[in-house]
Amino acid sequence: MNYLKIILLLALAFLFANQAHARFETHDFATPQMEKDYNVLVQELRCLVCQNQNLADSNAELAQDMRLRVYKMLSEGNSKDEIVDFMVLRYGDFVMYRPPVKKSTLVLWYSPLIFLAVAALVVVSYLRRQKKEVKEIVDKQQQKKARSLLDD
Amino acid sequence: MARYSVLIGFFIMIGGFAYMLNLTNTGEYNPRDIPTEFIGRVAPAINVADLYNESEVVKTSDMKGKVWLFNVWGTWCPECWREHKYLMELSRAGVPIIGLNWRDERPEAKDMLAKMGNPFLKIGYDPDSSVAIEWGVYGAPETFLINAEGMVVAKHAGGVTAAVWEKKFKKFFVK
Repeated sequence: MNYLKIILLLALAFLFANQAHARFETHDFATPQMEKDYNVLVQELRCLVCQNQNLADSNAELAQDMRLRVYKMLSEGNSKDEIVDFMVLRYGDFVMYRPPVKKSTLVLWYSPLIFLAVAALVVVSYLRRQKKEVKEIVDKQQQKKARSLLDD
Repeated sequence: MARYSVLIGFFIMIGGFAYMLNLTNTGEYNPRDIPTEFIGRVAPAINVADLYNESEVVKTSDMKGKVWLFNVWGTWCPECWREHKYLMELSRAGVPIIGLNWRDERPEAKDMLAKMGNPFLKIGYDPDSSVAIEWGVYGAPETFLINAEGMVVAKHAGGVTAAVWEKKFKKFFVK
């Protein structure tokens, strides 16, 4: 009974801890399109401090300031692409959560396919070998031979 | 044979892991480092008010024709305190350093300099990262080296030490 209460309290605590964290600044947008662009940008740009979060998820101070910069640039009439270019110029491709496909990122994009191919080859060759072994065991003539050897 | 190749593969993996771990440990490799975009590029503008004199604007063009360091710091950053002594040494040796007080409070920043000494010729005050983003800064301290032509030629993320100075910066100051 007591355990149940503690677990319930802990669960509740986690639930609210999450919400307390999620309070971010709000902006007034001139047009719905601008708001849409803003939301896309903060999703796609990486927080450079907490590197596994995007700007939308992060409450790091630099992320706050970068969100504000995105907002300001949109207000000044910059397009989405212009803002991404601005950030990439300063922080490199790393600032994008979806890095572009180019020479330096080929490995990043296509190595999963290579791994998959290697894994498939290993699995296929393993299965083939196993089949052969099963065949050999089932081979009745050989079993007979073995028995006759033992009988001697 | 197959068993051996698995074993060899395993040892190669362990070896690679140990190698990277060692590089990380000795500070040669930092997985959080972001490749620098600024080397060989014209130094961005600073254009913010001075920490001490709010009516004065600190500008990149103030340093035209000089080789100088641009150091981003804040009183909230422990490594900046550690690095400070060495910056004092550099400034005493005649290295021109422009500071950027990043995301800080004016009184606290002035306090720290009053206590520790001021190695900077001028200090831009950047409470909202406007200059920091312009320079692609993602942590403090960060130090850029700008040559006489106004190009960024070296950068270091993390505290400047004698070893970092020798390796990355010193050669640009030898005339």
